[in-house]
Amino acid sequence: MNQLQNLTKGFFKENPVFVMLLGMCPTLATTTSANNGLGMGLATTFVLVMANIAISLIKNLVPDKVRIPIYIVVVAAFVTVVDLVMAGYAPALHSQLGIFIPLIVVNCIVLGRAEAFASRNNIFSSMIDGLGMGLGFAMALTILGSVRELIGNFSIFGYKFIQSDGILIFILSPGAFIALGFLIALINLITKKA
Amino acid sequence: MAKLESTFLNMFLTLLISTAVSSLAASYVYNLTKDPIAEVDRQKQQKAIEMVMPGFTELNRFAILPHSGSDSLIFYEGIKDGEVIGVAINTYTHLGYNGLIRIMVGFTPDGTIVSYQVLEHKETPGLGSKIADNFKEQFDGKNPAAFSLKVRKDGGDVDAITAATISSRAVCDALSRAFQACEEVKQKQN
Repeated sequence: MNQLQNLTKGFFKENPVFVMLLGMCPTLATTTSANNGLGMGLATTFVLVMANIAISLIKNLVPDKVRIPIYIVVVAAFVTVVDLVMAGYAPALHSQLGIFIPLIVVNCIVLGRAEAFASRNNIFSSMIDGLGMGLGFAMALTILGSVRELIGNFSIFGYKFIQSDGILIFILSPGAFIALGFLIALINLITKKA
Repeated sequence: MAKLESTFLNMFLTLLISTAVSSLAASYVYNLTKDPIAEVDRQKQQKAIEMVMPGFTELNRFAILPHSGSDSLIFYEGIKDGEVIGVAINTYTHLGYNGLIRIMVGFTPDGTIVSYQVLEHKETPGLGSKIADNFKEQFDGKNPAAFSLKVRKDGGDVDAITAATISSRAVCDALSRAFQACEEVKQKQN
């Protein structure tokens, strides 16, 4: 597989949210608006790239039977570092994303990529894989967040075009399931025809 | 390089080393960022005081343990030309949808709310997080002696945020705790 395919597979063919249905917890919880979705996606991308690099580096030193706990520890350490550094040096960004950072640890995309890709490939491929998957995740979250914000609050990226409360259920948890279901159906419709 | 065998000793050592290295890294970064984070918090607090009590030149800081709560409230008395122009109170509530909410609220000397700033909260983004947006405007210039700090559902005068009544109630709780503490201080001074 060449590196370009490696990068783009996260967007369409193996999109973590729309195709593999991984990482549903942060997907459903944080996509209340386009901004929140994008922020969560970018924070996850950073952790995904760093974790993929680290795990690819240590893959031969990790005995098979304890690989999962070791991956989790590595990911958790990166998340803690990101959280602290952001709080100290980028407070504006942290006040926007702060609530999502701890959620990245329990995101099964990070663990899934570590297990399925980084533990079997070299460092460069793993980095590209992390970047592609992360950006694909960010794209999916932004789309889902936009749809929910559009219907639930009549606004997009915080820009309000109808001055009234939207259909609030789309900002609440049931709306996340409904919007995600319809989006996946739509994407299946498009990809099956092609 | 061959993969390390899953023997007991190997598993024990790799787990030990990976957890030790991770916690060392985390604690190193914690020490490195402790001061910048404290500085950011201090600035945030300072900015909030200036927002809710504009025009002071000196601050007089003291702590009060209110009757209606287990933690003390921090009072910042604003002084200008030797006169008290108001008080900013760092108040809190545990009734938020996800627990603790910290609010800086400013009162004029007669107990009227100037406005408030949310310092810290974990409410649902897009719903409860509106307590930091235009929800707070309805409190500006209201005196809790005449303006009942309860949501309309509970028989008060506060318009709750749609689909975030719990967060709205929590703000009311934090503000009334600050107001009551303010009254307690006044009674002691008289």
